[in-house]
Amino acid sequence: MKHMTRKATRHISQNEGLIFEKSSPGKAAWKLPPLDVPEVDTAKLLGKQERKDLGDMPEVSEIEIIRHFTRLSTWNYAIDLGMYPLGSCTMKYNPRVNEFVARVEGLANGHPYQAEKISQGALRIMKTLSDCLLEITGMDAITLQPAAGAHGELTGMLMVRAYHQSKGNARKKILIPDSAHGTNPATAATVGYAVENLKSNDCGMVDVAALAAQMNEDVAALMVTNPNTLGVFEQEIHKIAELMHAKGGLLYMDGANMNALVAKARPGDFGADVMHLNLHKTFSTPHGGGGPGSGPVAVKKILAPFLPTPVVVTKADGTLGFEYNRPQSVGRVRAFYGNFGMFIRALAYIFANGPDGLRQTTEDAVLNANYIRKGLEGVYDLPYSTPSMHEVVFSDKLQSKKGVKTMDLAKRLIDYGFHPYTTAFPLIVAGALMIEPTESEPKEELDLFIEAMKSIAEEVEEDPQFVLDAPHNTRISRLDETAAARKPVLRWKPEP
Amino acid sequence: MRYLPKSPADRAAMLKAIGIHSVDDLFSPIPAEYRLTRDLDIPRQMAESEIVDWFKQRAKENGEGYTSFLGAGAYSHYRPVVIDALVQRGEFLTSYTPYQAEFAQGTLQAIFEFQTMISELTGMDLANASMYDGSTGAAEAVMMAVRITGRHSAAIARNLHPEYREVLNTYATHQAIPLKTVSFTDSGQIDLKELEKAVGDDTACVLIQSPNFFGTIEDVEAIAGIAHKRGALLVVSIAEAVSLGIVEPPRTADIVAMEAQSFGVPLGFGGPYCGVLATKEKFVRQMPGRLAGQTVDKNGKRGFVLTLATREQHIRREKATSNICTNQALVALMVNIFMTVYGKIGLRELAKQNLAKAAYAADQFSKHAEVLFAGAPRFNEFVVETSEDPYAINSRLLGHKIVGGFPLKKFYPELGHAALWCCTELTTRSMIDTAVGLVAESERSVRSMKDAEPEEVAR
Repeated sequence: MKHMTRKATRHISQNEGLIFEKSSPGKAAWKLPPLDVPEVDTAKLLGKQERKDLGDMPEVSEIEIIRHFTRLSTWNYAIDLGMYPLGSCTMKYNPRVNEFVARVEGLANGHPYQAEKISQGALRIMKTLSDCLLEITGMDAITLQPAAGAHGELTGMLMVRAYHQSKGNARKKILIPDSAHGTNPATAATVGYAVENLKSNDCGMVDVAALAAQMNEDVAALMVTNPNTLGVFEQEIHKIAELMHAKGGLLYMDGANMNALVAKARPGDFGADVMHLNLHKTFSTPHGGGGPGSGPVAVKKILAPFLPTPVVVTKADGTLGFEYNRPQSVGRVRAFYGNFGMFIRALAYIFANGPDGLRQTTEDAVLNANYIRKGLEGVYDLPYSTPSMHEVVFSDKLQSKKGVKTMDLAKRLIDYGFHPYTTAFPLIVAGALMIEPTESEPKEELDLFIEAMKSIAEEVEEDPQFVLDAPHNTRISRLDETAAARKPVLRWKPEP
Repeated sequence: MRYLPKSPADRAAMLKAIGIHSVDDLFSPIPAEYRLTRDLDIPRQMAESEIVDWFKQRAKENGEGYTSFLGAGAYSHYRPVVIDALVQRGEFLTSYTPYQAEFAQGTLQAIFEFQTMISELTGMDLANASMYDGSTGAAEAVMMAVRITGRHSAAIARNLHPEYREVLNTYATHQAIPLKTVSFTDSGQIDLKELEKAVGDDTACVLIQSPNFFGTIEDVEAIAGIAHKRGALLVVSIAEAVSLGIVEPPRTADIVAMEAQSFGVPLGFGGPYCGVLATKEKFVRQMPGRLAGQTVDKNGKRGFVLTLATREQHIRREKATSNICTNQALVALMVNIFMTVYGKIGLRELAKQNLAKAAYAADQFSKHAEVLFAGAPRFNEFVVETSEDPYAINSRLLGHKIVGGFPLKKFYPELGHAALWCCTELTTRSMIDTAVGLVAESERSVRSMKDAEPEEVAR
């Protein structure tokens, strides 16, 4: 091997086939208790609706299941193994007490339709979390119903639309900066708005003059991520808000990067009218390989009548309940009340931190990002010198001279025992390396990361092909994604 | 703060390396007037033991130790302990969406197996890696049908879960998709004659649920015939996944939108659950959500990647099939393990027990009250009509630590005194007998009151 750091070493990894390849008739991992009611004649009860056969479903024993999934798990990288510097994804530590309290009997087994009288504990959790999130964001009202960030965006934009409609004109379009997450334009389209691109200025921020020129009475809202996807705080955010409000528009804040602001600044104070939060980013609920998330939406008073139903209210007798009768509501965005299990986890995280812990958390996240920035400046190109908050974006400009792109550097980083950073995003930076360490990294891990990135940069100079062929130490090498998309194989089938 | 891995000396060294004196310097881009100079007004920092106590208190206020007959889109099934043992492995719990395939083969292979089993169970060609839940999955399926057919309206069964219908309404309003609601007959099934009239040349799809909200199983083939005759697609929503162990899957459907909560996912007061879409191969490019596909690496070794990403928002932005990004991956893993544990034989036996318990319970109830929609086959839910308001009955049952059936009045005013009861493999005969006994008692007392007031009855 070329340069390697102290972080990673080679390790035995078990081979494991598909579960279907282990299946054979007669094996079982289940046992039902004896039936205490009369057996039924399924043919008589179901007639032609009776299913006779479950096809290629597996038949395996319990130990095989444990080994199967344990072996698969060892092929994954995880926060629990080390730094996961995916920019914008905020891969912070997922505290174990969150998992523990989410599984407490009575909370884990609560049925969404059980009477309010025996749901006071769940309602209290929702109310307490709502109150905390409103204090953190500086907003006036909130819904916890959306299941993820993009779902929160959808909910927020539905409310924007309902608000304008209540004024007699839904308006036509949404302004979105070119640095935005892909979900923003996709969401605006889902709500029936046209998307108009807003160019960033030389500092990577919203170009306020351009916004002034583009803003008119056809614009329903501006969707802005703050800090934006470059990790840059929109310093003129209050001017942006004023510009929007002067023409009757609304300011939507994508709260994906709220972890840079918690306890340090509140969107409600700097002019946001509606925003979503990602509980699986800022509030430590686990990403779990892609979900579940939770995307509460907080709003100013003017938007409160449009919140999805139901909302949690305190009743005259002091107990909590759901209020359904809200004539101006945008309706429901999900069955039941949202990803309740994530509310428990996020609230446990807030409790564990308190006001002082949340502030220190935000400060450490920003400190870590700036430490990496300092460590790698000059080694990698920094397209925007504007100060960084919780993440820093470099580009592959220097390395691409040798034909090595951001994705190649990322793949080589795997060999060093780190998960790659976010590649090729934001779109306004060609060949972006978007690095977000979060507050969860000790100085030693950051030093190892900086050392690894420097070492890779040296490898690019000495032997670019070696980097292009990375990763070298994983179970499998680079996969043929083109073939996967051209002739999709999306399920296992038995050999004919 | 116990989650933060830095000593004051570390922080000082890092500030020095950056070349600043105070961490506040890093927050100078935020205009001073917007910087928070006070503590947030939230509860103080708590010890782990205090956190655990707080949530245990809330659990006590939350109906711990009740016997429940609630279903209605959220089902209480036994969860094998291996599920939590495995999903709590940090490598699953704390990993991200598997975009970096070489470093995420565990998650990717698990998704591939999940897709395979969901396809197999639903009778479809393929399935995605998950949607938020059954309600949003159904709404996304309708939008998918609109894209596939180029048509703009949809016919929706009134016996589709009422909250799914509400969610669909929310989504459809701004997509300009008019929805026609189709009523049900005395069997609780969709009214085929009314459906026939509701489906026209601009109908993108018919959306039904089977077993439907009343627990009865629809004649999917007949409904597919009506939809397909007019060039519309059939979308079948399945809220009770365990039914697939014993009920023929909707093979004639074009899209299946399923809520897989029944497969090993805790009730959790309504979420997180696990929606899934499954469909025919020819529709895959219009399907939203992540997909794992099989491929090979440079050495010809089998591996898995997320594929067909050109459908998704991070590539296509406003032209994407959906704005969905985060899905329900870890919950899908629970579902996956559950399906693996029960497998080909166990799922059928499990479903059979559900069928038997509900059949027994319905039989017992029918001796004292009216069981509605008896003319069609059903799975593990049934509707009981009583003389008394079910809210009043339920309130009495609560005193006996029993949560009665779901009163239907809220969504179906014409079923004012009816409630939807559910039995699963966890419902014991003695629980059923106790609940039936209490309902019978209340029926008797209402009847004797009525007998005592003949004028009331005459009115």
